[in-house]
Amino acid sequence: MTEGTTTMADTTPGLRLAALTKSLGGRRIVDSLALDVHPGEMLALLGPSGCGKTTTLRMIAGFLSPDAGRVEIAGRDVTALGPERRPSAMVFQQYALWPHMTVFRNVAYPLRVRGVDRHEITRRVDEVLALVHLTHHRDSRPAQISGGEQQRVALARALVQQPDLLLLDEPLSNLDAKLRVQVREEIRTLQRSLGITTIIVTHDQDEALSISDRIAVMHDGRIEQVSTPSELYARPATEFVAQFVGSVNSYEGVLRDGAVRPGPGTIAIRPEHIEFRLEARDGALPAVVRSVVPRGHFHEVVLEREDVTLRAYMTGRIPDEGTRGWARVQQALRYRDGHLQEVVEGQA
Amino acid sequence: MNARRALREIGIGALAIALMAFILGPILWLGAHAFATSWTFPRLSADGWTTHWWHEVFADSALAGAIRTSLLITPVVVLISAVICLPAAYAIGRHSFPGRRLFLIGMFAANAFPKIGLFASLAALFYAMNLMGTVIGIVIVQLLGTIVFMTWIPASAFAAVPRSLEEAARDAGASRLTVFRTITLRLAMPSILVAVIMSFLASFDEAQGSYLVGAPNIYTMPTEMYALVENYPIQVAAVFSILLSVPSVILIGLARQHIIGGRLAEGFQIR
Repeated sequence: MTEGTTTMADTTPGLRLAALTKSLGGRRIVDSLALDVHPGEMLALLGPSGCGKTTTLRMIAGFLSPDAGRVEIAGRDVTALGPERRPSAMVFQQYALWPHMTVFRNVAYPLRVRGVDRHEITRRVDEVLALVHLTHHRDSRPAQISGGEQQRVALARALVQQPDLLLLDEPLSNLDAKLRVQVREEIRTLQRSLGITTIIVTHDQDEALSISDRIAVMHDGRIEQVSTPSELYARPATEFVAQFVGSVNSYEGVLRDGAVRPGPGTIAIRPEHIEFRLEARDGALPAVVRSVVPRGHFHEVVLEREDVTLRAYMTGRIPDEGTRGWARVQQALRYRDGHLQEVVEGQA
Repeated sequence: MNARRALREIGIGALAIALMAFILGPILWLGAHAFATSWTFPRLSADGWTTHWWHEVFADSALAGAIRTSLLITPVVVLISAVICLPAAYAIGRHSFPGRRLFLIGMFAANAFPKIGLFASLAALFYAMNLMGTVIGIVIVQLLGTIVFMTWIPASAFAAVPRSLEEAARDAGASRLTVFRTITLRLAMPSILVAVIMSFLASFDEAQGSYLVGAPNIYTMPTEMYALVENYPIQVAAVFSILLSVPSVILIGLARQHIIGGRLAEGFQIR
C-alpha cells in the first residue's frame, strides 16, 4: 500500500466512496453515494438530520459495514476492515473521552494499544498536547476541564495517530457560540498546517461554509451538490441546496420584467438580492414595508408588492413600517424540476 | 417562636440519642461482653475484665475450624459467582435477546420466596446426589444468595457504559477484547466491586442453607453460632460475633473509601 500512495499521490483521492449504500430498519439511509475527497482537503458533509451524513461517516470509520459499495482511504480499499484497522481517526460528537484516564493517558491510548515504545509515546503525546495548547492539563481528568478543552483532547487523541483521514462528527455542536468560532478557526489552522484529509459532518451551514474547502450537501441519502462554499452559495444546483444553504424567497412561476408571473418552474431569490428605494426605476415595482426586524448587523424587512411578498435583508438606512417605495430583484435563481436552469441578473 | 424552635431542637436531639442507643447499644453490649469475666444482672458494669474468652475461641479446634471453613468457602463462592454471573450481567446489560425480562425476573424469584422452602427441596436433591454434608453442597447453597447481586448490579453498570467510549477505543486501534478490558470492564469496575462485596457478605453470613446442608459435618462461622449459643458461655458468643463482623466492617470500610468516595461518581460523570 505504501508503495502505491507515493507514486500516485497526485491522482489518488484521500478518500473515495463508490456506490456506497446502506439500509437500516428497512429504510434506505444512504443511496449509492459516490464522492472523491482530494488529499489534504477539508470537506464538509452538510445536511439536515436524517439525511444520512452520520451513517456515511460511520461507514467511513468502519462502525457500520455498507450493504454495497466501497470505501477507499488513500487508495486502499478498507471496506472489509474494522475501525481499529483503518488509517482513519475520529473526533466524536460528545468527545467520548475516557473518564477514568488522565488527559495524557487518553491521548496516549491509541499508541499504547499499538504497542509503541514508552519513550516514543511520551514524546509524541507531549508534542501533540503542545500543538493543541493543553500541556498544562496533561494530568487532569476529562471531568476537570472545560468543554472546549475536552474537544481539544479529543482532537489530540485523533492527531496523535497521524491518520491518513481525520473524521469530525459535529465537533462544535456542544460548544457555545463564541467558543465555536474560536475552535473552528483552530481546527482549520491545524488541519491546513498538517495537511490531513478531513471530513467534517455538520448540520450547521455557517460551520460548513466557513471551515471547509468544499461542501457536499446531502439530502435523502444522496449528494445533491459538491462545490466550494462560494460556488455553492452563488449557484445552488438544486432547490434543496438553495433553501438549505443560506436563505431564499421561493415562488412558483417565472421572472418577467422584474415581476414574478405564473409560469413553469420555480424562482428563488436571496434576501440580500432585493433592493428597496423610495424612487421608481427600471424593473422596480411599487412596494410597501410591512415589517422590520433587527437581526444584528442587518435588518430583515418584509416588502409587499402586487405580485409577491419579499423578505429582504437590508443595511444602512432602514425604512419605517408602512413606507411606500419601489422594490427590485437584482438577482434570481431559476429552477426547473428542482434543478438550476440559470442565474437571472436584474438590470443594473 | 424561639421557645418553639428550642423545643423542636431538643426533640430532634432526643430522637437522635435514642436512635444512636438503638443502633450502637447492642454493639456496645456485645463489645463489653467479649471482655467481661462475668456480668450479673443488676450491675451496670462487668464484674471483671479479661481476654480469656478470645484465647478460648482461638484455642478451640471446632471454633477455629469454623473460621477457617468460612474463610475458605466464601472467596470460592464469590469467585465462582463472578465467573458465572459477570458474563451473564454483560449479556443482560448490553444485548437484547428473547426471554431477557423473564431471565431477570427469574433471578429475583429465587430471592422472593422464603429461602427455607427452597433449601428444603434442594436438600432432597442433594441427598440424591450425595452432596449433603459436603463443601460443594455448601458452596452451591451459598451461590444462590449471591446471584442477584452479581448479575443485577454489574448489568446496570455495563448498560451505563456509553457505546461511544467503546467506539472511540476501537477507532483508536484497540481490538474488541482490549476495548472490553481497558474501557468497558474498567468503567463497570466500581459496580462490580460493590457486587463482590455484597456477594461476599451474603455468602459469609448465610446460615440457614449452610446449616441444613453442612451440619453436622461442616460448620461455617454463622452455623457455628447455633452451637455456641447453646453450649458455651455468652461471652464466647460475643467474641465470635465480633469476629464474624470483622469482614463486613472491613469491606464496608473499603466500599466507603473507594466507591462512595468518588470513584463511582467520577466513573460515570459523562456528558
